[in-house]
Order: sequence, then C-alpha cells, then structure tokens
Amino acid sequence: MELDIVELSRLQFAMTAMYHFLFVPLTLGLSILVAIMETVYVMTGRPIWRQMTKFWGTLFGINFVLGVATGITMEFQFGMNWSYYSHYVGDIFGAPLAIEGLMAFFMEATFVGLFFFGWEKLSRTAHLVVTWLVAIGSNFSALWILIANGWMQNPVGAEFNPLSMRMEMTSFFDVMFNEVAQAKFVHTVSAGYVTASVFVLGVSAWYMLRGQHFELARRSIAVAAAFGLASAFSVVILGDESGYNATHSQKMKLAAIEGMWETQPAPAEFTLLGIPDQAARETHYAVHVPYVMGLIGTRSLTTEIPGINDLVAQAETRVRSGIVAYDALMQIREAKGNVSDEVKTTFEDHSKDLGFAFLLKRYVDDPRLATEEQIVKASNDTVPTVWPLFWSFRLMVALGFSFIAVLGYFFVVANWKGMQFPRWALRLGVAIIPAPWIAAELGWFTAEFGRQPWTVDGVLPTAMSVSHLSVADLAITLAGFVAFYTVLFIIEMGLMIKYIKKGPYMDVAETEEWQRKHELRLQSSGQPAPMPAE
Amino acid sequence: MILHELLSFELLRVIWWVLLGVLLIGFALTDGFDLGVGALLPFVGKTDAERRVAINTVGPVWEGNQVWFILGGGAIFAAWPPLYAVSFSGFYLAMFAVLAALILRPVGFKYRSKRESHAWRNGWDWALFVGGAVPALIFGVAMGNVLQGVPFHLTDDLMPMYDGAFWWKFITLLNPFALLAGVVSLSMLVMHGGAWLTLKTEGPVQMRARTIGSVAGIVALVSYALAGVWLAFGIQGYALVGTVVTDGPSNPLMSDVVRTGSWLTAYAVRPWIIIAPLMGFAGIVLATLGLRAGREVSTLLFSKLGIFGVISSVGLTMFPFILPSSKMPNASLTVWDSSSSHLTLFVMLICALIFMPMILAYTAWVYKVLWGKVTEADVTENSDSVY
Repeated sequence: MELDIVELSRLQFAMTAMYHFLFVPLTLGLSILVAIMETVYVMTGRPIWRQMTKFWGTLFGINFVLGVATGITMEFQFGMNWSYYSHYVGDIFGAPLAIEGLMAFFMEATFVGLFFFGWEKLSRTAHLVVTWLVAIGSNFSALWILIANGWMQNPVGAEFNPLSMRMEMTSFFDVMFNEVAQAKFVHTVSAGYVTASVFVLGVSAWYMLRGQHFELARRSIAVAAAFGLASAFSVVILGDESGYNATHSQKMKLAAIEGMWETQPAPAEFTLLGIPDQAARETHYAVHVPYVMGLIGTRSLTTEIPGINDLVAQAETRVRSGIVAYDALMQIREAKGNVSDEVKTTFEDHSKDLGFAFLLKRYVDDPRLATEEQIVKASNDTVPTVWPLFWSFRLMVALGFSFIAVLGYFFVVANWKGMQFPRWALRLGVAIIPAPWIAAELGWFTAEFGRQPWTVDGVLPTAMSVSHLSVADLAITLAGFVAFYTVLFIIEMGLMIKYIKKGPYMDVAETEEWQRKHELRLQSSGQPAPMPAE
Repeated sequence: MILHELLSFELLRVIWWVLLGVLLIGFALTDGFDLGVGALLPFVGKTDAERRVAINTVGPVWEGNQVWFILGGGAIFAAWPPLYAVSFSGFYLAMFAVLAALILRPVGFKYRSKRESHAWRNGWDWALFVGGAVPALIFGVAMGNVLQGVPFHLTDDLMPMYDGAFWWKFITLLNPFALLAGVVSLSMLVMHGGAWLTLKTEGPVQMRARTIGSVAGIVALVSYALAGVWLAFGIQGYALVGTVVTDGPSNPLMSDVVRTGSWLTAYAVRPWIIIAPLMGFAGIVLATLGLRAGREVSTLLFSKLGIFGVISSVGLTMFPFILPSSKMPNASLTVWDSSSSHLTLFVMLICALIFMPMILAYTAWVYKVLWGKVTEADVTENSDSVY
C-alpha cells in the first residue's frame, strides 16, 4: 500500500480516535457507578460506601484525565488533517461538537474538580449532586459526539449550496433526532457501562482472590453485576437497532459486514462464518443460518436486502447522475448563480449524487472527462474491504453475548448464592477485564471502516476530505503521536496498577477520625457547620 | 424553519464575531492564569510543598477552564468553518505543538503527586512549565501572523492550499513581528498567573509570584506598545474594495481585497475602538502596580481588564477581516464571507443563549466554593486527595 497523505491521515485519525476510546468507555460507565455508590452512601450514611466512592473515584480520575487530554486531539484534528471535510460539512458537523462543549463538557469538567477537591467544602448532598453532574455531563458529551458521527453515517437535514460549495443545514431537528445517531448513542454508552462494570467486577474479583478488601469487593460486585447485566442487554438490543437502521441508510456497509455478494430472495439467510473473497466476489466455506438476516435487517419475511453486486450497479447509475450534477454545478459557479432555471433544475434533480462524481476525482481532475473504465472503477470503489468488517463484526457480537453470560452468572451468585464465587469464576472475572475494550474498538472499526470510501456517506469521499499537507508534516505528527501516546499509556497503566494494589486508602476507623476532625475544623472556622460530605 | 429569519444574516455574523471574541477572551481570562501558573511553577516554588501549593491553586479549576479552549475550537468549527479549516491546517505543526503541550498539562496536574520520587515530580514540573509557556507563546505568535496575513490560497473548490516545504512554513511562522506578539501574550499570561497566585497563596510563593509577575507586566507593557508602533509603520493592512455584500453566501472568493495603508486606519474610521488598547494599557499598568503593592483581588481584576483590552484591540483593528491571506488577498476570510449558514448561526446562537448563562453561573459557584488561600497545611493534610 502506497502511503500517501490520505492513507497517513486516515491512519493518524484511526490511531488517535481508537486511543481516545480506550479511556472514554470507562469514564462513561465509572462516573455512573461512582455516583450510584455515593448515592447509597448519602442514603445510608455507612462509611464503607464512602470508601468505595473515593476508591473507584481515584481510578476514575486517573482514567478521566487521559480521556480529556486525548479528546483535545479529536476536536482539533478535523481542522488540522481534514480541512476540506471541515469546510465542506462544518456547517452541520461543527454544531453538535460546539453544543457538546456548551451543554456537556463544560459541566463535566467544571464539576470534576469539585468531585476531587470538594469533599471538605461541601455538604454530603451538595457533593452527591456534583458527582451526578459529572456523570450526566459525560454521558451528554457522548450524545452530541454520536449525533455528529451519526450524521456522517446518515447525512440528513442538509443540502448542497453551489455558491458556497458546501453542505448547509436545512433542519437542525433532523440532524439531532437522526435515528442512526440515537441508536448509536444508547449502544455506545451502554457499551461504556458494560466496560466499567466488567472493570469494577474484575478488580473486585482480584481482591477476593487475594483475600483483600472483602467488604469493598463484595458490594462493588453486587452493584457492577446488576448494572452491567442490564447494560449488556441494552448493548445487544441497540446494536440490533443499528443493524436495522443500516438496512435503509447504509446498505453497502450492511452487505459488506454480511459478506453478502448477491441479493437473496427474502428472508435472507445469515452467514455465521466463512472466508470472504473480495476478488472472486464470493464467501467461501460459508455456514448459513436461514431467515435470520432477513429478520434482523428488515424485521419482515418479505423484504429483500440488496447484495454487494446490485449495490455496485446502483452506484454506477449514481456516478453517471453525479457527473450531470457536476456539470450543472460548474455552470452555476462560473456565472455566480446567474443561470437559467433549466440548469438550476438539472442541478437540483441530480445534486444528491454529486458526491458520487467526486469519487472520480481520484482518477481524473474533471469528472466530466471520465472514461467508461474510470466510471466502473469509481463504482467498484464504493465497496469497502469486506473481510476485516466480516470478522470484526462477528467477534464483537460474540463478545457482546459473552458479557451477558458472565455478568448474568455473577448477578445470580451475588444475589441468590450468598457471594460464594468459586475461584475459577473469580479468575474469569479478572481475565475478561480487557474484553469490553476489544469489543468497543471492534465496534468503532466496523462502523467507520464500513463507511469507506466516504467520510460522509454518499456525500464526500475520504480521499477528497484531507488537508493538503506534505507527507513530512504527517510523518512528524504521526511519529509524535505514537511516541507520546505510548509513553502516556505506560504511565497511566503504571498508576492504575499502583492504585489498585494500594486499595482504598482509609479504613473505617480512619474515616471516622477524619470526620471528627473535619467537624472541628468547620466549627473553629466560625461557619455554620454543614453536614460534612465525609 | 422560518424562525431564523427573525435575525438578519448580517447581524448574526456580527454577533458570532463578537462571540468568537468572547470565547477567546474567556479562555485567556480563565485558562490564561493556569498557563501562567504553569510557566511560573519552577520559579515560584523551590520546595516540593511550595510547588504543590502553586499547582493546587489551579488544581480544581483548570479542567473547567480548559473547556473554554475546546469550546473555542468547537465554536469556530460550527460558526466559522472556513476559518477552522484554513487556520488549523495552515498552522499544522504549531497546532501539533500546542496539542502536545495541552495534553502534557492535564496529565502533569493529575499524575505529578501520585508518586513520591523526586525525579518523577521534578520531571512533571517541567512538563507543566512547557505545557503553560508553549501555548501562551504560540497563541501570540499565531495572532502576530494573522495580522500580517497568512500565505494560503483557495482553489475554485475552496480547498485551502499552502506553499513551501513543511519546515519552511513552520520557520516563517516564527518571524520577528510574530515573535514580538508571542512575547506580548506570554508575558501577559505570566502576569495573570502572578496575579492569581498573589490571590490564592501566601508566604514565599506569593512573594516570588509578585516579583516575577510585575516584571512580566512591564515586559507586556513595553512589547504591546512596540507591537502597536510596528503595526502602524511596518505592516500593510488589508481592505475590502467594491460593493461589500454582507449577507451573501460564505464564499471568500466572491469579494475583492487589496493590501493598502495600515491596519490602524481603522482608528480613523471607527475612533471609538481606541477604548480597547487604552483598556489594555491601563489594565496592565494597574495590575503591575497592584502586584508591587501586594493588592490581591483588584490586581486580578485589572489583569483581566488588560487581557480583555489587548485581545479585543486585535479583533477590532482587523474588523471585518478574520484571517487575511498574504498569498491571495481575495481569499482572505472576513466576517461577511466565512461564516456558517444563516440557519446554523441562528441555532447556535439559541444554544449559546441557553447554555452560556448556566455555564457562567455554575462556574461562579465553583469559584465561590473554592474561595480562599491554599496553604502548605492544606496540601500535607490531604496529601492523598489533592494534586
């Protein structure tokens, strides 16, 4: 593979985004788990729950900071590496990012300082409110980011303006209530909840194996198993919803994930396993399950799901229509909008296919001069590489079901078997700690690699979206990110392990002593003593 | 949606130009003192306990403060997409340096005191220094380049392009005028950090912060004045010619721009804008005097006034230009041709009107809760939970 600026920009984006998402799911879920624990503390007043809140809160903090730090890269990278994308769709895509800052990130970041520093300065209830605001802020952040991402998958509520040469918003409500975005939001935050639950459960299981901190571990498992099990069901159900949405918004992605080359009579069969062969357009050694694909994709027994070959044929029609749109666009632009109604109508009739004409820009500067061969090539480019999608999707789904099994088992034993976990189960709990992260990264890979060759599905090709930087620019930043992020990862893991080994830093007697001193301090400072947060 | 027609496109563009300034100033006023404290850290704290005091004055608030920066990025993306596209890719390696510095900073705050080792803590202190000083310098350098015009051009498809090798683009960013502007912003934010530490600390940390802060104030004063003189006599301004369409499509290539005279002709056209540089000078002078005299609250407020004046003077002087192009003046981005669409500006304004007052209210509440000095005793008693 020739590494040009497009490939390098994609590599850098994929790397920094996937790295960012090592920290995000734990932030999403752990913020809620910590808030739940603190709620129990405030309701019961039992010091063990405060100890749990502070312990998991410390781990939350170590993780949170890298989520914030690597998030800055994401916010700026669109402009740095994807400047044509930023120009072309910034009118729509920028809005949810800015709203994310206004509505969610500001709240989360402002209150997270008080979460750590406010224990002595706030009453119990006020501190609890602060904790919940951090959790809610984190989760609202995810909502707006996924509205932005959902628009890339299903660009609704926008149309092309020939005079400013970009997409412009026509309906903010369509963008906000994009069905793809809403399903992705619940799917993604639920995955974060599963990640945090498995993390809390695994660390607690490790304490149990070592015979340490039993009181903390037992209660943590009870909370994590219940919350995690509910979330694991939610992940699978909303994942299915995303698949159903893809049937009308991203047919090609769906067909590629299934390795479905030919359109099948409804209801289509589901390919459980097989070896997709892009060149031969065939999936070898396929193991089929009848009806399942049709049911998942269309929720009916009679609707057809188109295969890759038919979709390529449709793409070819759209490339040809896009060339007509491109020709009209050039006329409108040269005359600065003063063209006959006929040209305007032609453009409006074909403008939804303009992006398909841009696929030709890889082969020819002016799409109007494209040869038949180039049109065929551009149409074939609409098929993403099938085998990585096929496999990453299946692995993700298998992991998703395994979380239901493991969390379900722990839930049952925690509630009805008196927490009598056999050692193999505790070891399993420790061993699966990394699995939710793998599943989450596979999920993002499936969603974004499956969107190729587009940055915005059907609107703007990836190859056209990049900044005109030099290979040297990209080599410097890519090397810089790899080195910098690797060092940060090692430091973060080191601190995580150190603080997990250290365990909760105050036992119950110390907590009570602390509480006594705190009240004295408040009295001596002459203020009316609020209920101490400790 | 018809509702957005209530406000004219032209008015919305001006409002968003003001809001762009509000965000930049909000960032400089809040995160500015964090950056200043970072740049001051190795010099105001000689012992570990002193450094922890300095760090913990910003410990609970830097995260919220930094969101001004992230929101600034997001708002530029949403309201001024061409500006976001051209500037972030045009200043590519400089942006990368800012990013690296701003990633170091959170990590430094959070991780520094989590291990006992002297080498570990000292290393992070210098990381915090870099994380404070480098962005403070680069923001000024960027402003200095914007005033001179940036060598980009736009293709007919409005694709931003830059000429020259990557290292040449980076080196030319560091030209003398831009470096002077960098000195203005670095010294101003160091002064601001000094004012913050004066308010939040006592004893030797406060003494050192006052001394270094007042020196920085003098540097800021002199360099700001020098930059003004240089701008008057050494740098050509930009002007729109022909009919200026204020509510047309956002296409920078549709307007005609020439390089002519000086930026400071703006003060002849709109004499009232002189108030901005006057506020800049007055704020810096009063903050410097306050640092010398050891006044606390008023010094921080004057320091804020100075920053407000300096940043708004740049914006007001250039209006309606936002990012002029030295390579292809017609491609220059102005308030009238580089905004989002009418609808997007309207929707974003509604969001800003809903959320900005909430943000200001809860930020003020957090500062109120945290009001008071940070002492060495605070740090040692709560060694496990503070930074």
